[in-house]
Amino acid sequence: MKKKYDIVIIGGGPAGLAAAISAYDHGVQDVLILEREENLGGILNQCIHNGFGLTRFKESLTGPEYAWRFIDGVRERKIETLVSTTVLSVSRDKQVTAINERDGVFTIQAKAIVLAMGCRERSKGALNVAGTRPAGLYSAGTAQKYVNMKGYLPGQKVVILGSGDIGLIMARRMTLEGAKVLAVCEIMPFSSGLKRNIAQCLDDFNIPLYLNHTITKIEGKERVTGVVISKVDENKRPIVGTQRYIECDTVLFSVGLIPENELTKSAGVPLSLKTKGAIVYQNRETLIDGIFACGNVLQVHDLVDFVSEEAETAGVGAAEYVLYGNREKDVIDCKNGQNVSYVLPQKIDRNQKGIVKLYFRVTNTFKNCVIKLKSGEKVLTERKKRIAVPGEMESFLLTEELLAAVNGEIELSLEC
Amino acid sequence: METKKLTCIECPIGCEMEVGVEDGKVVFVKGNSCPRGKMYAENEVVCPKRVLTSSIRARSGEMVSVKTDQPIEKAKIFEIMEKINRTTCDLPVKVGDIVYEKIDGKANLIATTNVGV
Repeated sequence: MKKKYDIVIIGGGPAGLAAAISAYDHGVQDVLILEREENLGGILNQCIHNGFGLTRFKESLTGPEYAWRFIDGVRERKIETLVSTTVLSVSRDKQVTAINERDGVFTIQAKAIVLAMGCRERSKGALNVAGTRPAGLYSAGTAQKYVNMKGYLPGQKVVILGSGDIGLIMARRMTLEGAKVLAVCEIMPFSSGLKRNIAQCLDDFNIPLYLNHTITKIEGKERVTGVVISKVDENKRPIVGTQRYIECDTVLFSVGLIPENELTKSAGVPLSLKTKGAIVYQNRETLIDGIFACGNVLQVHDLVDFVSEEAETAGVGAAEYVLYGNREKDVIDCKNGQNVSYVLPQKIDRNQKGIVKLYFRVTNTFKNCVIKLKSGEKVLTERKKRIAVPGEMESFLLTEELLAAVNGEIELSLEC
Repeated sequence: METKKLTCIECPIGCEMEVGVEDGKVVFVKGNSCPRGKMYAENEVVCPKRVLTSSIRARSGEMVSVKTDQPIEKAKIFEIMEKINRTTCDLPVKVGDIVYEKIDGKANLIATTNVGV
C-alpha cells in the first residue's frame, strides 16, 4: 500500500468528506480518508430523521441522504478511502499510524493532515447519578444506533435525562416504535435542543418535558425498574421533598457532546479549554503547521450544514499548505468578552485574504442585546440581536477593512 | 376568532408564530420569517402533516432507512408506522427507490440510503 499522501483526512463523516472534496477541487488530488467504521458518513448514518441540509441544499434531507451527497462526491473524484481502519496516533511531523484487519499496523507520511474525528456523547459515568448500574441505561446515541441501524428496541418504558437534540429525536423515535416515553428531564431552566424538536418530537406526542429537573436515583438490580426525579434549585442542587418515582425499564442520557481529541493531543496540538477542540486560524489550521481541524472535533455544531462549510474551509487550507508550503502569518488574537462563552477561530491571520466568519456562543438567553466587536477600548462595529440562546451558534462577519483597523487583538461581547 | 400559538418546524430557527382562525379558515399568520413558515402554519391549524422517517429490514437482514416522500397526516402516523414495520425490500436499494407505493393512499415510502450498491 501507498505510504505517502499529500493530505490524510482522519474521519469519514460529514467533516472529513467535505474536506476531502474541497481539497481535491482546490488542486490536491492525492488525498486519503481514514474511517474507523465500516461505512463512510459518520453519525449521519444513524440520524435517519429529516431536517438536514436546509441551509446548504434548500431542502429537508435525512441524515443518510445528506451523507450520500458527499459520499457520491468522494466516489466521483475517486478519492481514496480506507474504512474499518482506526488511527492510533498522529505525530507533529505528520505521520499517521493506523490499524486494520488487512494491513495490520502501518504508518503513513502526510504533507498535511485534516482532523475530522467528530465528537462523542458525555457518558452517564460523567454525571455521577446515585443508585445501581443495571441494564437498560443507554446514551441517546447508542439507543439511536440500536433502533435505526440494528432494528432493536432497547426498552418499553423510557425516561430521558437531558433535552439535547438527540434525546428529543429519540423520544419521538422510540414512541413511533411503540415505547412509552414517560418524561424528559432537563436540569437547566431551558432546553438545549432546537425549538422545532421540542415541537415535533415532544409536543406532537404529548411527552412531558420537566425543566429544572434531574434524575437523583436509578433503581433496579438486573434491569432498571425505575428512577427518582427531583426538582433542582438555581444552583442545580436537588430540592428535598420534590422527589417523584417513575417506573421505567430504560433510561437514555442526552447530556452533551465532547469533541474526540485524543489524536489531536497525541500530535501535541494545543486545545482551547472553552471549545475543547484545537485552537485554530480562520483557515482551520491548528497551532501546528499543516495540521488542520474541522467539524465537531473542533467545536460542537448544531447543524451539519455548518460542519460541511467549516470542513470546506479546512480542505482549502490544507490544499494551499500542500501547494504553497508554510507562509508567514500576521496574527490577531480573538477573545470572548462579556456574555460570550467562546469565539472561533481564536486566531486570525491577516495575510489570508477574504472575509472571516467568527463563530460564537452566548452564555445565557439574552433578548434585545447588542453584539460588540472591540479592539482595546475602541468599538469596531456592533450589531443588534433580538434574541440569543446558548443552544444556537451565532456568527459575525469580519471584513478585511475591519481587520485592517485592528491592533493586536479583538474581543467579541454581548451587551444588554 | 381563535388564535393559536405554534412553533415552526420547517427549519432550525423555530419561529414562534400566531395563527388567527375563523370558521376553520386561517385569517392571519404572524411571527413567521419566511413563506415556508406561513405555509406550515396554514396547514398546521387545518390538517397537521409530517414527513415520517423510519427504517425497515431488507429480506437479507440489513437495515434500510426510509421516509415518506411527502408529509402525511399526523393523525395517521401510528397507522402508517404499522405498515412500515411490516415492510421489507430486496437489495440493492438506492436513495429514492420506492419500497411501498402510496402508503397512505398518496405518499410513497422511499429509501433514504444506498445498501448493497
